[in-house]
Amino acid sequence: MKILNSWLNDFGAFGTDKEKLSAAMTNLGLAVESVETVGTPVKGVVVARVLRTQRHPDAAKVHRVYVDAGDGVELHVWCGAFNMKPGDLIPLATLGTNMPDGRVITPRGILGIESQGMLCSSIELGLGSDSDGILILPNNLKLGADVFSALKVSSDAVFDLDVTRNRPDCNGYLGVARDLGANLGIKVVAPAGDKAKKGAVRSLKVSILNKQRCARYNLTVMSGVVVTNSPDWIARRLTNSGMRPINNVVDASNLVLLELNQPTHAFDADKVSKGFKIRCARDQETLLTLDGQTRVLETTDLLICDGADTPIGLAGVMGGASTEISATTTSVALETAFFEASGVAATASRLNLRSEASLRFERGVDPYGIDHAVSRFAGLLRESCPKLVVHAGASDVKEKTLPPKQKIVSLRVSQVNRMLGTKLTAKSVSALLAKIGFATKSTSTSKLAVIKIAVPSWRPDCESEIDLVEEVARHVGYENLGKIVPQSTMHGRLSPMQQRRRDLREVVLALGVSEAMPNPFLAPGDLAKSGLSEELAIRLANPLVFEESVLRTSLRPGLLKAISYNLSHRATDIALFEIGHVYPARQDQSQNLLPNELPNELPNESESLCIVAAGATSELAMDWWSQLSAAMGFGAQLDQKNVESGYHPTRSASLRRGKQLLGSVGEIDPLVLAKHGINVSVACFELNLSVLLNEIPKVSTAKSVSRFPRSDFDLAFSLPRSEAASSLLKVLRQAAGPELVDISLFDVYRASETAQESSTSSRSLTFRFQLQAKDRTLTDAEVSTTRNRCIDAATKLGAQFRTV
Amino acid sequence: MSDQTVVSAMRQTVETAQTSALAAIALATDLAAVRALSAELNKKESPLNALKNSLGKLTSVDDKRTMGQLLNSASIAINSALQARTLELETSEISARVAREAMDLSEFVTRRRRGHSHIVTQATQRLEDVFVGLGFQIAEGPEVETDFYNFEALNMPKSHPARSEFDTMFLEYGEPGSVLLRTHTSPVQIRVMQTWQPPIYAIMPGRVFRRDTPDATHMPVFHQIEGLVIDRGITFAHLAGTIEAFTKAFFGSDFTSRLRPSFFPFTEPSAEFDIRRADGAWIELGGCGMVHPNVLTSGGIDPEEFSGFAFGFGIDRMAKERHSVEDIREMYTNDLRFLRQF
Repeated sequence: MKILNSWLNDFGAFGTDKEKLSAAMTNLGLAVESVETVGTPVKGVVVARVLRTQRHPDAAKVHRVYVDAGDGVELHVWCGAFNMKPGDLIPLATLGTNMPDGRVITPRGILGIESQGMLCSSIELGLGSDSDGILILPNNLKLGADVFSALKVSSDAVFDLDVTRNRPDCNGYLGVARDLGANLGIKVVAPAGDKAKKGAVRSLKVSILNKQRCARYNLTVMSGVVVTNSPDWIARRLTNSGMRPINNVVDASNLVLLELNQPTHAFDADKVSKGFKIRCARDQETLLTLDGQTRVLETTDLLICDGADTPIGLAGVMGGASTEISATTTSVALETAFFEASGVAATASRLNLRSEASLRFERGVDPYGIDHAVSRFAGLLRESCPKLVVHAGASDVKEKTLPPKQKIVSLRVSQVNRMLGTKLTAKSVSALLAKIGFATKSTSTSKLAVIKIAVPSWRPDCESEIDLVEEVARHVGYENLGKIVPQSTMHGRLSPMQQRRRDLREVVLALGVSEAMPNPFLAPGDLAKSGLSEELAIRLANPLVFEESVLRTSLRPGLLKAISYNLSHRATDIALFEIGHVYPARQDQSQNLLPNELPNELPNESESLCIVAAGATSELAMDWWSQLSAAMGFGAQLDQKNVESGYHPTRSASLRRGKQLLGSVGEIDPLVLAKHGINVSVACFELNLSVLLNEIPKVSTAKSVSRFPRSDFDLAFSLPRSEAASSLLKVLRQAAGPELVDISLFDVYRASETAQESSTSSRSLTFRFQLQAKDRTLTDAEVSTTRNRCIDAATKLGAQFRTV
Repeated sequence: MSDQTVVSAMRQTVETAQTSALAAIALATDLAAVRALSAELNKKESPLNALKNSLGKLTSVDDKRTMGQLLNSASIAINSALQARTLELETSEISARVAREAMDLSEFVTRRRRGHSHIVTQATQRLEDVFVGLGFQIAEGPEVETDFYNFEALNMPKSHPARSEFDTMFLEYGEPGSVLLRTHTSPVQIRVMQTWQPPIYAIMPGRVFRRDTPDATHMPVFHQIEGLVIDRGITFAHLAGTIEAFTKAFFGSDFTSRLRPSFFPFTEPSAEFDIRRADGAWIELGGCGMVHPNVLTSGGIDPEEFSGFAFGFGIDRMAKERHSVEDIREMYTNDLRFLRQF
């Protein structure tokens, strides 16, 4: 809602202190998005007359205009607008003029022909918002005069307000002025209505068929109308409010809309037959609206129909073209109605036809402001139609569905103080509310003061006690309610699970991988492309784009896309991770139910970790897993026989606990890589975090370090491919006995890549043993016995001891 | 030979042996030579040791003492010369090694990179830490929500006009329109109310979704943080106080905050909160208000016994402003050149 400072002053003595008004509106909840100044005089712009215009064969977009600026000398100006004709008065910015946009007018020419000034549009002069053509001035101005003094324009501030949904009344000047007046202690008066006597009875009967959708309908006939341009002040107000002046009838209607938040619609009374009917549309019924479009209607759209049952308006949204005001109109039938909000909203939204009227009906208008709106319209129209007659006998149908003039809401003063931390009395609360038209009907005399407040009809948003508490808060001023830091009665901390998530992040970051945040939406087919099933994927019902219409069930596709993106940008050492949610559908909704539990309506959402690195093999992935497993105190069995799809079948394993699948480790399937255009191997590790994060390991107890020297030795074995290194490790660990403090595989030698593929071939594995006793130095003989025990155990497993 | 003659000859031998030993030590050019010399000079057959053994031949006790002292001092002189030479050679050998192994420290190869946390995660953790310091705990909830938690329980029953402002993304799951991607973190408020007992001092960070075409300042998938306090005797002043305490703790003590009236269906009175930089400029940060009685009721909390407030704002914007990211979309390209800056 744009509020002009000058116009606001019609409602009360608000003055012109922009800063003060802005601050007051902001403090009331009328957020001031911007304050613009319009109509600041531009020195050097004079009234000139168009003498003649001329096209130039080599310039299609401009023409030559010859003007007289009052001294009888013909000046030549290039101009890009074509809306003037000889004789018109137009504003000429003379050479050297500093324009509001910072330009200085120079004789810069086109095709070598100079321009002796510039003709201006209203927007260029800050006089309005019309940028389409040159501003055509009224014909009675003196040639050569300063345009701004000739138009008697002085500068004006335009406040652009962001009116919230709970303040429908502030979509009009009256509502804004009322609040501001209460805040600043300024008396507010609504602009006067029409004072002329009513003319002869001229009635158009109205019947409302759908009373839920229309609770009041006033139809007033006015004759003696001459359709012409609005007076300048009206046109300028509309222009500065961002509306286009059309003619005196439409402009008066728009002015009333802005002033009183009451839409009205003027039909050409001679184009409608008697007996208005307000009814819902028939399916597929059509109406040609004012904007020249044929609207196909549904049974939920409310129509205004004339006596012949012909639709002539889309209730609350837009009038019909057939009854539009035209140059020949001499009498109008003015509709001033109260349409139900959600019905108007539904129609406007379905037809994507949001008008100034529909916006106001949607938010709420004052059903008891109708009489004044009719009168104000007549008063405004009378300025340009002195012979206007407002006929008596207007139809004014009021249905039982009409909201009461005042709604009574109880307000406990104790509740006000409890919510706001104030110590207000019943009297002061009443006084605050009275300033905005909320009258106190009664105050209970008991100790618990309960005030009965009559909420005025222009505030449909105020329905319950808390709404009134907010009104009190606004008018006390939020800044006066104090700032107290509450003493939290909880202990601020991360939950053990949240702390564990942070620990996990630290561990993952220490692996040297960086955090990505891929889009959780995938394109149909993305999952399959990554070797994953699409079966449990949930689709979006209203995706923004087709490519983002599937919810991910795994973090893998997003990270593979990220790898491929980074590869294409020649990044090196690509290693990324994500900790995020995945959203597979529940396989069987009834399956996970505990007794007496309601069916879970939500998918099987869970948190997951995925790490990927380009140009790396499963060895790196296993390194991640072993580091992470050790750091987080979290284990799982490595199952190389059951590899998840999408993983390299012979270089990956699933991580399991019994039947429960926890994650995977290894490399991405070369088939998947090929589909992503990735030509290097990709190490990948995935873990469902719901188990890890909720499993809080016991705090480890310290073991004191032995004071005796350690004995280390290495053993190398050649092990057939059929046997896992982990089996050998297990056997060696057992054989080494209680003095073993650590054993690690520290070297692997494979004869060749081709040999690796054969399960009968073997590889050489070197283990480092560390032995240490707590109470003594181990003797060479003891170490040697252990060594031999290990060799024997390994040999039994089929390993061949290799002398180093 | 008279004793006198023998003593004189012995004295001569000692002097000669000492002189030649010292000369040899001085000529030794490396530690091995010094070690060899040391062995040579200290062996049994060395001239001095031989002389020691022949002291018995002297008859005079005085002569024995004199010669013994002479031999001792000679052997001390030789051994200290050996030590001094050893130290000298060791020092020069280390100096030579130090000179030899000189390294240009600007000449190094980076092996392991450190991982970089996403700036949205960094911002989230910083926010969490500030609120933990103010006595809050952290609550979490699902990103896929029901209509009930996302709207209905938050005082937006079906057909509430404010719903249309949320640009909700619905899922093809369950009854049409019943399951959606949460449009704000507020549904977690209801879940917290249902599962925790008041007093509640909680923040709820998380990912949210709106059907917004991406541009420089909007993403359809972004992050919010929400705060909820429910206790006995909580007033609007506590809301303003908490916002102020957060502003100073997070942005710095030279920042202040203000609340101005606004509208949200789930709070009343509602407010927008702005922060003021040291230079006086106001920046809009988020929305807040006293929890609407209907919302408390939805959460199973008696609004007559407890009152509370809630506040919320975007995390992505915090990260964007902190690092002067021009286009918010850049934060989600997962380009390592971008990620590794932070």
